[in-house]
Amino acid sequence: MNKLAKRQQEAVEKADETLVFVPRVDIVENEHEILLRADMPGVTAESVDIALEGQELTITGRCQTQAPEGYELAFGEYQNGNYEREFTLGDSIDRGNIKAAVKDGVLSLTLPKAKESKPRRITVKAG
Amino acid sequence: MLWTWPTRRYGNVWDEMDRLRREMDSVFAPFSRSAATAEFPTVNVWTNEDEALLTAELPGVNVKDIEVTVKNDTVTLRGSREMDELKEGETYIRRERGAGSFTRTLRLPFQLDGDKVKAEYRTGILQLTLPRAAADKPRRIAVTAA
Repeated sequence: MNKLAKRQQEAVEKADETLVFVPRVDIVENEHEILLRADMPGVTAESVDIALEGQELTITGRCQTQAPEGYELAFGEYQNGNYEREFTLGDSIDRGNIKAAVKDGVLSLTLPKAKESKPRRITVKAG
Repeated sequence: MLWTWPTRRYGNVWDEMDRLRREMDSVFAPFSRSAATAEFPTVNVWTNEDEALLTAELPGVNVKDIEVTVKNDTVTLRGSREMDELKEGETYIRRERGAGSFTRTLRLPFQLDGDKVKAEYRTGILQLTLPRAAADKPRRIAVTAA
């Protein structure tokens, strides 16, 4: 193996702690909740972490993929690493009812809006 | 990978160069087909004497929508990712994830045994085990003294 191939192999082999990817997300909002979906291939339900501090939402995921043993990398296009992304939420969130699920490398997050942040209908009485 | 981008890397200078190159490639992608990052899905191929392992990052794809075909020394991945449909009263705040169909064909360094190919899909990663055709394996020939 030449030097370049070796370096490439090393980079793909280890889930480098310093390698952090920004996952692509879709965010959908409706009257009651905010739904977030993030592409995080290699991440499982156990390796994902969601933190909400004030209005700052942070999602992190650890890539669980290991390089196969006894093989040489012949062709490498992607590297394994962890995921991290921060969002600032405009609405206050009902913290107790946040739901998260991971399926096929996609994180789905449901953030219900807190009652006081939902739009309230104010009836106008004729004077 | 195509969908995620490294933000910080405290690695060595080579990693940094690589990152720069990829960033430049992505900027000029419309003008050049040379960048590997223009392909989807991105794959890694591992080999030993007996077989190849191909992994592809395909988060959120229905297994039924993935089709793998093998011929001689080439393997083709076909599939699609469906777009999430909005329900009534929902609006997109951000939309970055791609959807649509893809095809990728790769040529491996040896002939493959199409009957023994295995495909597995876990945590959004497709892994193919592609055994080398028996006829293609190197054979050791014993030299006998006359």
